[in-house]
Amino acid sequence: MTGKLVPIYLYTRYERFWHWLQALLILVLLVTGFEVHGSLTLLGFARAVAVHNFLGLAWLVAFAFFVFWVFTTGEWKQYIPTTRKMFEVLRYYLVGIFRGEPHPVPKRREAKHNPLQRLTYLALAAALLPLQMATGFLYWGYNSWDAWGLGWLSLGSLALLHMAGAFALLAFLVVHVYMITTGHAVTAHTKAMITGWEDVEEGVAIESWEHPARG
Amino acid sequence: MRAMPTIQCHPPLLLGGLLLALTLALGAGPVHGSTPAPAPAPGRAMAQHSVQGQKPWTTVDHTKHPALQQDFTSGKQITDACVSCHSEAATQFQQTIHWTWQAAADGEAAKYGKASFSLNNFCLGTNRNVDTSCLSCHPGWNKSGNSVDGNINCLVCHGQKSINWDESLEDIKAFVEAGDEDSLELAREIQGELKEAVQAVGLPTRANCGGCHFTGGGGDGVKHGDLDTSLTKPAKTLDVHMGMDGQDFTCTRCHTTVAHRVAGRVYTAPAALDRKSLVEDDQVAKIACESCHTATPHQAGSKANDHTDKVACQSCHIPEMARVNPTKVSWDWSAAGRLQDGKPFKTQGEFGKEDYLSIKGQMQWAKNLQPEYFWYNGTIHSVTAQEVIDPAGTVAVSWPEGARADAQARIAPFKVHRGKQPYDKIHKTLLVPVLSSADGYWRHLDWPRALSKGQEALGLPFSGEFDFVSTTYVFPTTHMVAPKESAVACAECHVRDGGRLASLQGFYMPGRDRAGWLNTLGWLTVLGSMAGVGLHALGRFITRGRNGRKEGS
Repeated sequence: MTGKLVPIYLYTRYERFWHWLQALLILVLLVTGFEVHGSLTLLGFARAVAVHNFLGLAWLVAFAFFVFWVFTTGEWKQYIPTTRKMFEVLRYYLVGIFRGEPHPVPKRREAKHNPLQRLTYLALAAALLPLQMATGFLYWGYNSWDAWGLGWLSLGSLALLHMAGAFALLAFLVVHVYMITTGHAVTAHTKAMITGWEDVEEGVAIESWEHPARG
Repeated sequence: MRAMPTIQCHPPLLLGGLLLALTLALGAGPVHGSTPAPAPAPGRAMAQHSVQGQKPWTTVDHTKHPALQQDFTSGKQITDACVSCHSEAATQFQQTIHWTWQAAADGEAAKYGKASFSLNNFCLGTNRNVDTSCLSCHPGWNKSGNSVDGNINCLVCHGQKSINWDESLEDIKAFVEAGDEDSLELAREIQGELKEAVQAVGLPTRANCGGCHFTGGGGDGVKHGDLDTSLTKPAKTLDVHMGMDGQDFTCTRCHTTVAHRVAGRVYTAPAALDRKSLVEDDQVAKIACESCHTATPHQAGSKANDHTDKVACQSCHIPEMARVNPTKVSWDWSAAGRLQDGKPFKTQGEFGKEDYLSIKGQMQWAKNLQPEYFWYNGTIHSVTAQEVIDPAGTVAVSWPEGARADAQARIAPFKVHRGKQPYDKIHKTLLVPVLSSADGYWRHLDWPRALSKGQEALGLPFSGEFDFVSTTYVFPTTHMVAPKESAVACAECHVRDGGRLASLQGFYMPGRDRAGWLNTLGWLTVLGSMAGVGLHALGRFITRGRNGRKEGS
């Protein structure tokens, strides 16, 4: 339980770059998006729209690289959802963490996400982010709807979906930023996402189900 | 397991630097696009190209024409001299609304126009020109009775010298009749001035058109808001097209004219039926902005180009009207008739303008007036003295036609003039009193008498029971185009409350509209998450000392 901490290389260079790039994009998109929505005043409406449009399109291009990466490296297997140990993980964050218990699903190179993370990041990468990008792209292309045969779309409904996604992302961000302080040290997970090296306790076995399926 | 120990040599600095560079690169794109002096917008370059080096030239010097060398003793004589060369001019002109003051909607009898049943909420109507003071703006010589039968006065529009024709002709006649040498000398002097004015003819200037259109409704700037005497010699800051320090356009530069028919009329039919530019058709009337500037006048990729399908150019490029002289915004006829010491009186209000006159009632003026915005497909509708109205609410005497669903309609700016005017309580029609002339309200301040005379002149019934009803009258705002630096900014419409388009509903506008429930739900979720992690953190902090494992640092 109080095993020696050893560093393992968990996040590759591209993965870390992608993480921080996306973090920055989402942050600036959130700020400019809420300005376009009329919730705050910072850059001015026109500039906020210009920045939001540009970053939104840039995100779309960058996301294509992520999709390529996640499939060609087999990293997609890290996102396969599971219910195994889900309860234990939930119990850990609700109870165990206050009692100083160890995390029930320690990080390993082949299994860097616990069941809760798998579910969250799958929902994020496969549903919320694509939804946000798709609705954002359509919003951006408003003037071309007729040409695209999408004249039946309603800007109000589309904006509603895009806003709902924005709120969900903001809520995720709040919880995510907090959760990264729950490592063995408050800054441990942040450090790992910067250097790539995460400290884990020595000798903790990885259960077979955690190994990505060979293929 | 891959091991890449060298990675540790790449400190966070590298990633940070990369991100910083990316941010700068990303940020640079949209922001820098508009700052350094850019090439003129395509639509501006196009328009400037199509009008450059087109100073009017002529093969005629009217001072040399024998027909204009004679002594003139009547207006008819002057017109005959014009027509002796311009043989078709009178025939052409007499078919235009500038002469007939009558208009018809498609396939109907001519019920519109000042000489028919049209009315407004200024001086209300002309009673088929029984109200003789209205005729001061009719381009004929005969200023009494129905002047449509009289001779046209070509010089109202074509005279380049400002002189009082009627007075000069009367003086000449009087002095010649007096017969003594001094009088005859005076007559010769006036005749010389008159002749000089007759010989000074040319294409209409802003002063010619403005003589009536700048002062309609009885004074400078009363009616339109975007047309007043400040446009006779305007600066570019007042109007980029007419500004004398800029393009110095005359009215006819845009109000292109064919056989004396001047383009630009919007009542009963749109001024332009389709949105064509000179690029598509070099014979197109230049009446619309797009005629010269095209439908995508801004820099390529500019969001403003995406607006031109739904927002008229004028909506952004005329942020305010009446920027030099004030314009009348309301006129309450029901307040007319008050006396001071038994006599009619007037008071002066803001801008040195009369705000109460016993003969006209209460009125308000405004300067730097922000337009009101409506969907507009190019046609203005109006009620005439014949139509039945609903006096329960505010009656729109004229209103723009169009709706969001109408592909031809765009959001356009208007001056709305609010009035309170007489109507027949039994027949439910607006009433048109005689104002000037012996039987007019301005002489006797007697409503029933003025109203019955007016209705009689129109051949319309009057029950004798009348009251006053609130009305609105609109003018499309299209002149006084401001320099591009003054154009309406995005956030003047794309703003939650109090934006310029706050009253236009039925469509989603970013920055203005939102689903309240989603916002509430969204912020509750975000705040709930914050509260949740806050409590969790507090729990960890409190229990930290009690458990064996140390966390935090």
